[in-house]
Amino acid sequence: MSDIRNILFSGVGGQGILLASELTAAALLQAGYDVKKSEVHGMAQRGGSVTAQLRYGKRVYSPLIDPGSADIQMAFEMMEAVRYLPYLNQASTVIVNTQKILPPSVATGQATYPEQVLDELTSRNIRVIAVDAFTIAKEAGEVRTANVALVGALSVHLDVEAAIFEEIIERRVPERFRAENMRAFAAGRVAGGN
Amino acid sequence: MTGTNKQTSAWMSGNEAIARGAYEAGVAVASGYPGTPSTEIMEYLSTYDTVYTEWAPNEKVALEVAIGASFAGGRALATMKHVGLNVAADPLFTASYTGGRGGIVVLTADDPDMHSSQNEQDNRNYALAAKLPMLEPSDPAEAKKFLKLAFELGEQLDTPVMLRITTRIAHVKGVVEQGEVVSPSEKPAIEKHPEKFVMLPAMARRRRLHVEERMAQCRQIAETADYNVVEAGDTKRGFITAGVSYLYVKEAFPEAAVLKLGMCWPLPEQKIRDFAASVEELIIVEELDPFLETQIKAMGIACRGKELIPAIGELSTATVRKAVDPDSAPKNLYEPVELPPRPPNMCPGCPHRGIFFTLSRLKVFVSGDIGCYTLGFLPPLNALDSTVCMGASIPMAHGMVKALGEGSHDQVVSVIGDSTFVHSGITGLINSVYNGSAATLIILDNRITAMTGQQPNPASGNTIKGEAVESLNLEALCRAVGVKHVQVINPHDVPNCRKVIKEEVARDEMSVIIAQAPCVLLPELKLRKPVSYYTNIDNCVGCTSCIRLGCPAISWTPFKEGEAEARGYKKSQKGYSKIDEVLCNDCGQCASLCKFNAITRGAPKE
Repeated sequence: MSDIRNILFSGVGGQGILLASELTAAALLQAGYDVKKSEVHGMAQRGGSVTAQLRYGKRVYSPLIDPGSADIQMAFEMMEAVRYLPYLNQASTVIVNTQKILPPSVATGQATYPEQVLDELTSRNIRVIAVDAFTIAKEAGEVRTANVALVGALSVHLDVEAAIFEEIIERRVPERFRAENMRAFAAGRVAGGN
Repeated sequence: MTGTNKQTSAWMSGNEAIARGAYEAGVAVASGYPGTPSTEIMEYLSTYDTVYTEWAPNEKVALEVAIGASFAGGRALATMKHVGLNVAADPLFTASYTGGRGGIVVLTADDPDMHSSQNEQDNRNYALAAKLPMLEPSDPAEAKKFLKLAFELGEQLDTPVMLRITTRIAHVKGVVEQGEVVSPSEKPAIEKHPEKFVMLPAMARRRRLHVEERMAQCRQIAETADYNVVEAGDTKRGFITAGVSYLYVKEAFPEAAVLKLGMCWPLPEQKIRDFAASVEELIIVEELDPFLETQIKAMGIACRGKELIPAIGELSTATVRKAVDPDSAPKNLYEPVELPPRPPNMCPGCPHRGIFFTLSRLKVFVSGDIGCYTLGFLPPLNALDSTVCMGASIPMAHGMVKALGEGSHDQVVSVIGDSTFVHSGITGLINSVYNGSAATLIILDNRITAMTGQQPNPASGNTIKGEAVESLNLEALCRAVGVKHVQVINPHDVPNCRKVIKEEVARDEMSVIIAQAPCVLLPELKLRKPVSYYTNIDNCVGCTSCIRLGCPAISWTPFKEGEAEARGYKKSQKGYSKIDEVLCNDCGQCASLCKFNAITRGAPKE
């Protein structure tokens, strides 16, 4: 089963994780891989911590990523990059959006947002690629393209040509935001390549 | 039946695949009640014009609608989550006797690990108890295939057929082959078959024999069916498995011999015996109950199951591998780091928030129910004291008051959403009136079934297909069942909520408060011009009354040593609160609480 690669998407409900994981899955499918994706809806969603698990390879059975076996984690929020540490290993790459969303206990002053939270990863020698998707999206002309910028950053680390991603984004996003999304994707690729 | 359409493959969730399967199977009528993880089946199915789809007020009604459609000659589907089948159990057990004319498929979506449920019951037990065949797919592609098979099998054997999926089939996406669409060769028409439609004792006793005969026949089919398949492999250790567990076995032990059961009831005894005899050691891998294991052990076959495999929660490749082969478990996994938790929360602008804020300040026991408002339990509101099942809030409050005795009416309040009230709260309210309860009921009426993703219900004023219909008048309904004191309030006006709730709780007679404001996630509300409240930081005295609402759009910034004075605030002020204008949904609850003119509604943005 070693030919299977595992991508863990993590973030906060409402950040566009679903669309990002869908675009990624579509590109992998078009590149000829078998792909399975698992997500959780309902009570678990409402503004809470959410994940989507994506696995691809020649033939994928299980829809779930095992602890210690995520090859790439695509985190949409900094603390959510660290919450799923047991899924990572020393060879994992974590692409993280440098955004902070305060959980209720922090917003109400009961707890503090951990300073330098990403040190939890780097101190364990896990490779971290920080992407300021919000700024990229703003520069691309539409703040709502942040998740497409993150897909751009992720795409550099997958065995899929950029052209396939571009074709899929072109097909999936509304026409009036197409140019902005393409710019966000391209800038995301640059940011993800570091 | 005749076939049309060509084959293509698509990327689909299990729920989407089941909807596609129902369309391809020529289903005439489909009815369901929303419930994670089953909800999207009916939503996807409603996009196919050739299938009649509806949201029923509850699962019992949904199954009865399906039985009726079948009696008229159409293929029928009823969908529900695992606990929904408890509600539909009454028609299920007798439909097992009647069978139908068109096939009836009962879809149960179980939720191992309780991602979004109050228990993790294993609904395979219903197939055994109701004497019904049950198919269990492993992935989206099989889900579609098995749904179509279920209709064929049911019509062949004159029985409803159950299709059991779990969260990791419903909400997993995979590649699904699209198949041919069959169209029924005969149009539904009235036929009378009292010998099987009228379950009076004399007829039921005869149908009872039919049930045994068809299950015997089904066991024969199971012996040769290609969905109960032996996958040859290393016979040192063989596995019998079904559903999503099969995928974990294949990945953990790819070389091993496997008997995959696509039908988990009834079981193919001979096939199981032959497989057991062909392997040195037999292990049964299944999520939740030892359902297969118990049956296989009863056949006198030596095997191991739950002594190795956890009976609680979901399985995974890692759990199966570790359970069977403890030495193979990966070492040196990272331990989780302690972080502030990020639990689900009510949305900014949620109309429920102000009600729970008020309840948290009254010393009452809040008998809760199932819906978004169950989140009222979480800090900082901490205002919900019990949750058992759909509709339980009202009878439980009544029972508590009766147990507490005279004068206890002001100690218990029940809360229920509009959809849950219509689902199974109304009979409880009738009981409270009939048997003289005086516990106040608050109906949190946001006009939609919100938790499962905004499905319309009888109080919403539209159907699953978006057609406008008369909306159920909850106030008139409460009065009609005999409640004398019914008040409708705006939950966003928090001080008024407090006044009305205190008044009604004190009343020594049954009263209902309907807190009416639409869910902020309703499409029409999302289309409003965005207006948000903002904080006049200079006026904020740091009293935290807005913070205690627990709104995700309001955050607290503590002052550092000496900062309060330096910024011109009172020395004792500990910090200030601020509204995130992007997240704010314009409900105004915080402004209604602020006594210092520190929160103002902005002008409409262009």
